[in-house]
Amino acid sequence: MSSAGDAGRVAELAQSVVAEHDPKQVPVTEFLGACYDAGLSWVHFPVGLGGLGLSRGLQSVADRVLQGAGGPVPLGLNPMGYGMAAPTVREHAQTDDLKRFFLRPLATTEDIWCQLFSEPGAGSDLAGLATSAVRDGDEWIVNGQKVWTSLAHKARWGLLLARTDPDAPKHKGLTYFVLDMHAAGVQCRPLRQMTGQAEFNEVYITEARVPDAHRLGAVGDGWRVAMTTLMNERSALGASGNRRGSGAIADAVQLWASRPELHTPVLRDRLTRLWLRAEAQRLTSERARATATAGGPGPEGSIGKMVGAELNQRIYEFCMDFLGPEGILYHSYAMHGANEGGDWRGPIQQRYLRSRANTIEGGTSEVMRNILGERVLGLPGDLRADAGMPWKQVPRG
Amino acid sequence: MAEFAFDDEQLQLRAAVRRFAADNFGEAAARRLMESEEVFDVAVWRRLGSELGVLGMSVPEAAGGVGGSLVDQAVAVEEFGAALAGGPLFGTVYLAIPALAACPAGPARDELLGALIEGQRTAAFAVADIAGTFDPDRVAVTVEEGTLTGTAGRVVDATAADVILVAARGSDGVGLYAVDAGDTERTPLVTMDLSRPQADVTFDRAPARLLAGPDDTGRVITHALQVGAALLAIEQIGAAQHLLDLSVEYAKSRLQFGRQIGSFQAIKHRLADMLVDLEHARSTAYHAVWALTDGSDDPALAASIAQATCSAAFSRIAADTIQVHGGIGFTWEHQAHLYFKRAATDAALLGSAEQHRSRVAELVLDNAVAHSGAVMVATGRP
Repeated sequence: MSSAGDAGRVAELAQSVVAEHDPKQVPVTEFLGACYDAGLSWVHFPVGLGGLGLSRGLQSVADRVLQGAGGPVPLGLNPMGYGMAAPTVREHAQTDDLKRFFLRPLATTEDIWCQLFSEPGAGSDLAGLATSAVRDGDEWIVNGQKVWTSLAHKARWGLLLARTDPDAPKHKGLTYFVLDMHAAGVQCRPLRQMTGQAEFNEVYITEARVPDAHRLGAVGDGWRVAMTTLMNERSALGASGNRRGSGAIADAVQLWASRPELHTPVLRDRLTRLWLRAEAQRLTSERARATATAGGPGPEGSIGKMVGAELNQRIYEFCMDFLGPEGILYHSYAMHGANEGGDWRGPIQQRYLRSRANTIEGGTSEVMRNILGERVLGLPGDLRADAGMPWKQVPRG
Repeated sequence: MAEFAFDDEQLQLRAAVRRFAADNFGEAAARRLMESEEVFDVAVWRRLGSELGVLGMSVPEAAGGVGGSLVDQAVAVEEFGAALAGGPLFGTVYLAIPALAACPAGPARDELLGALIEGQRTAAFAVADIAGTFDPDRVAVTVEEGTLTGTAGRVVDATAADVILVAARGSDGVGLYAVDAGDTERTPLVTMDLSRPQADVTFDRAPARLLAGPDDTGRVITHALQVGAALLAIEQIGAAQHLLDLSVEYAKSRLQFGRQIGSFQAIKHRLADMLVDLEHARSTAYHAVWALTDGSDDPALAASIAQATCSAAFSRIAADTIQVHGGIGFTWEHQAHLYFKRAATDAALLGSAEQHRSRVAELVLDNAVAHSGAVMVATGRP
């Protein structure tokens, strides 16, 4: 079978990268640059753009070797870059030179990326967003406000969805750009969340200029381009670790094992249910990976995103109930700036609070169920009050 | 054979079994059997063995099988489950054939196994399990001078069986025996699921052939129960997929308030949850089959994960199917209740979801080791 031969070739390439650029010795940027040059950043991308033109499923072969030798998990270092920007740029950037210009520094993590989609007035109804981009010769002038932007303060580039035609129905008047986060008129402010920390930012965009060359996809085609990004976001969020018992469930099992004096039969059964749900989802992710094709992620990524989010909440709810009165203490509400202070996940109580966002960020669980119902099962859409209406006439508030 | 990846031959097998099931099984055939005196269609069963060769696919060639794998067998069983296939699948295919395949070779074993695989004869497995596991201390049938005496209660497929496999205690321990059904007294029971009949079986100095002695019996029966649990899980996902398809079609075609009911989020989200439960169940069932095929996981844990997940999923999907269909789903004429009763039956057989969950807890939680500093709990002191 050719896929077995391809797997061998991927493993060999990964082994030679590791041999020539020992990830335990060389800087991360050099190691990830070597991976990119060998086509191992995204094996399903074309040759010359960080890929080998192979099946997407073979990425795990490369990652096993690279990460097994101590290499970093790039999705952790540049999550929006690897998870969302790379597939969008690869598919929609205007020239191969531009693709290379963006992708290699993205792959090395020299350029961090962020995503400028959500707005205070456009969450689940993302296509209703109001940030405007107006053409001015070879450039566009952008005005608006974005919210829930992680890594905006560290990012060199932002994936921007903006309205270029307010007279068109909402989905038709959007265009997709790459915004230079260092450009004049782009300002980031930390946004404090219920954990006390500020993991995200608000981004204020005032008369910022974007060259037309940095437009991804056609004018008015931004929604379709954004779908590439969102499907990748959901499958990235949904792809859990592939070791049994890893991830959030490990916290609960460790907590259980460390405090035998708190055990009760009722709590034991509750934890077993959570463990089984986590295991069933892990096997489902493995199955999706095993049957993945060279094409993009399918809607089954929505299953992982939704289940993972709801499971996280139930796991940390369990931890709180397990701890009882101990659980209602906290470590500190001192305000941290975004990404200060190391581990974002922090103690159990912080993870418990943080998990409330899981069923909202990256698509609410309600939206996820609509996607599963409509795109996987083929059920009819709900009635829409704004169908066909020019965006500027849609009631907002 | 990479886990979760079915090869081309398996895809062809699936298509062939699906065609056969469409012609010979399904709601109409199930109702016909429910209302007739015959327990199953002997001619159809023989064709499953001789024409399709799908009754003992994982039996090695050395034991008289076709040398396929349990994955092949699972492909066929999934289609049987979807079509509510009639006949002694549970007794013969899920339990007796795997048990015989694990028995030491010998004339009694070889002759019976061959006949079961060919569909010439059928069998029931009268070994009472305790939540899907074998407890030799509970064996109540005794053996004396080559004859068995005692009773085995609630034996699935006993009425359809030519041969009863049963564990019995002799002076040297517990062995596994084959008894011709004609040499026993069978009392048929009215079962909730009429397509999965049971009978009490009484042995009164019934002539018996030894299949496995005391040294082998525990291993043989444990293997059969694990394979049976995995194949039952596969049947459950086949049936659950059929119900989800049925519910989705109904939600698209049924109009209320001038709209397809599937456009209401209350219905759509319920169907989405059914899909998630089904996909989870499918992953655990396939994993159990692969674990038993290639030894990649502890078979006891993999089987319990599958049974805990698939029993709960099929039961919930069957209940939700009735709910999505509304009043019509509660009628005798609609097929939903046939599957609902099968779901309740499958959930109870070879261990309930709760019993398997309990086993998972024993295997996973009760011996979990705490790593120091692995989890941080805030103490109120910054």
